[in-house]
Amino acid sequence: MTTLTGKHASNAAAFIKDEARTDWHDETLWMVRHKRDLAAAGVLEWEALRNYASNIKEHTLSNLDDYLSEFEKNALANGIIVHWAPDAAAHNQIVYSIIKDAGIDRIVKSKSMLTEECHLNPFLISKGIEVTDTDLGERIVQLRKEIPSHIVLPAIHLKKEDVSHTFHEFLGTEANNNDPQYLTGAARIHLRDKFIESTLAITGVNFAIAETGGFVVCTNEGNADMGVHSATIHIACMGIEKIIPKAAHLGVFTRLLARSATGQAITTYTSHFHRPQPGKQIHVVIVDNGRTTQLGREDFRNSLKCIRCGACSNTCPVFRRSGGHSYHASVAGPIGSILAPNMNSTQYADLPFASSLCGSCSNVCPVKIDIHYQLWKWRQVLMQKGEGSIGKKWMMQGMAYIFARPKLYRFAGSFARKFLRTVPFLAQSKTFNPWYKNRELPQAPKQSFTEWYKKQQ
Amino acid sequence: MSTSNKESILNRIRQNKPNPVLLKENNFGNFPATALQLIATLKAIKTEAVLIPHLNAVQEEIQQLQQKGNVVLNVLNNLNAVEQDQLSKKSAADLASLDYAFIKGQFAVTENGAIWVSDKNIFNRLIPFICKHLVIVIEASNILTNMHQAYTAINIREEGYGVFIAGPSKTADIEQSLVIGAHGPLSLKVYIIQKES
Repeated sequence: MTTLTGKHASNAAAFIKDEARTDWHDETLWMVRHKRDLAAAGVLEWEALRNYASNIKEHTLSNLDDYLSEFEKNALANGIIVHWAPDAAAHNQIVYSIIKDAGIDRIVKSKSMLTEECHLNPFLISKGIEVTDTDLGERIVQLRKEIPSHIVLPAIHLKKEDVSHTFHEFLGTEANNNDPQYLTGAARIHLRDKFIESTLAITGVNFAIAETGGFVVCTNEGNADMGVHSATIHIACMGIEKIIPKAAHLGVFTRLLARSATGQAITTYTSHFHRPQPGKQIHVVIVDNGRTTQLGREDFRNSLKCIRCGACSNTCPVFRRSGGHSYHASVAGPIGSILAPNMNSTQYADLPFASSLCGSCSNVCPVKIDIHYQLWKWRQVLMQKGEGSIGKKWMMQGMAYIFARPKLYRFAGSFARKFLRTVPFLAQSKTFNPWYKNRELPQAPKQSFTEWYKKQQ
Repeated sequence: MSTSNKESILNRIRQNKPNPVLLKENNFGNFPATALQLIATLKAIKTEAVLIPHLNAVQEEIQQLQQKGNVVLNVLNNLNAVEQDQLSKKSAADLASLDYAFIKGQFAVTENGAIWVSDKNIFNRLIPFICKHLVIVIEASNILTNMHQAYTAINIREEGYGVFIAGPSKTADIEQSLVIGAHGPLSLKVYIIQKES
C-alpha cells in the first residue's frame, strides 16, 4: 500500500525530482481545467447555477437532520435497507456484516471516495474478502498497491508506460505495448469476468434525494452499473452531506458536476436507484465520520457542500506540481486540505500550508466553497493549537513584532538591503534559506521606496 | 444498534447545524429544442444520430444484423408478460454474448445528449451496459433543452431504476487519452423518429 505518511513539502520534493513527469502532470491537469472553462462558458446561466447550487447545499446543511430522516423514511418505503454509521469502523463493520451474512468471499466496487476515507479495502481484505475496484484508474492503482492520487482521475500520476508495465505483470498483456486503447481493452476483458463472478457490488453515492428516497451514481465507464446489475446485493455508501432535498435539484447538480470535473456536459451514465429488482437488495450506509463535527465549525462547515468534482485540484498550482500523493490524505488537493484537519489536526497540520492562497480553487468551485479563505483560517487555528513548526512560529512572531514597530521596521529594511548586497551568498544558501531552493532573489535595491520618495520632495 | 447510531448522528447534527438558510426558487427557462441540436451534441460525444420518418428502417437493420449472425435483442416492441419475466431473470452470464440491444428512450436533452431510459424500456437493468453496441430510439417530440426540463418531464421515483445515457461508455484514465468502450457498450447509435407533418 502507498503509505499515507510524510509531510506535503518533503513528499512534493520527491515528486518533482522527475522534472519531465512533473511538467506532464502540471500540463495535463491544466488541460482538464481548460476543458472545464470551455464547458462552463457554454452555459450562459453558469454563475446563477453556482449560486443556486450553493444555496441548495447551505439550505440542506441547515436542515440536515430533517432531510436525512425524510430520506430514510422514503428509502425504506422504496424497499431500500438503510444503515447508519457514526464512524469509519462502524461503516466497515456494517459492510462486512452484509457480505458475511450473504456468504460471499469476493466483491466488486466502483469509485467511492468515502470508502477510501474509511479504508474499507484493507479492512475487507484482512477479513479474507477479495475486493476488485472496477473503475479503470482505480484498478490500475489497486494492482500497484497504491491509492488514488486524484478524486476524479485516480491514476493521473501515472504514465502509460507504468500502466503497461503493471498490466503486463498482473493481466499478462504484451510487454511494452503502451497503447491506451489496447490496455483499456485488456482491463475490459479482465473486469468482465469479475462482474459476472461477483454477486455483491459496492458503489458510492453522488446525490441522495430526500423527497424520493433514492440516490444517483455518476460514471463514464459504466462500471458501477455493470457491477450492481450483475449482482444480487448492492451496497451504496454515502456521507451525510450527500443529501439534496428534491429531484428537481438534480437538474442543477447534473449540469455542474461533469462540466466542473472534466469539461464534459454530463457523465456518460447518471443512474437513479429507487427500488431493487425483484429478489435483489439495495443497502444504503449513511456515514458521519467527523462530518457532524465539521458542521459545528462555523468557519469550515461550508466544506461539506463539496460534490467531489476535483476542479479545485485541477486548477491548483501546488497540486499540479506536487501530485496528489504528496497530500498524504484520502482526499487530496485544496478541498482535502480543509477537510483533513477536521479529522486529525496533528497529522494533517501541514496541508493548509500547502497552498499559495491564490484563490483559484474558490473561483472554479461549482458550489462556491470559499476554499482559500478556509485554508487561511485553518492556518490560524493550527498555529494557535501549536501545530505549526517552531521555526514558523518564531518567524511569524518576529515578523509581527517588527511590523508593529515602524522605526524598527525601517531599520530592519535598511539592514536587510545592506546584508543582501554585501553577503548575498548567505541568503542564497539553500541550507540556510530553503526558500531559495527553487527561486531566485532579485538584486537588493540601495534604498527603500520611502527613502526614494522623500528625496523627490 | 442501528437506531441508536441514527439518533446519535441526528442529535449531533441538531447540536451543530447552522441557523436555517432559506431555499430560493429558481427558474432556468424553457427553451424549444430541435432534433438538429441533439444530433450535433451527440456527434460531439461520439454518437451517430439519424433522423428517420418511421421505425421500419430500424426493423430492417435488426433483420440484417441477425442475418449476419449477431446476437440481437429487440425490446422496441411491447413484450408480453412472459417475455418480460424471462428477460428480467437473465443473468450477466446469460447476456454476456449480446452484440446489439435496441431499446426505447423516453426523453433526450440537447445540452448534453443525455437520453432517459428506465426499467419499463429495458426490463433487465444490465441490457444497456452489457451489450457490445447499443441503439436507442426516441421520438423527436420528446427532445428537451436542458436538465431542468428533463427532471420536470420525468418522475425518477416512478420506477425502481432509471438512467441518463450520454454516449458510449468511455474512459480517459490512462494519460487522459480518450478510449471509447470501457465497461459498457463500444458504440451508441440514436434513431430520432420525426413524423412527417
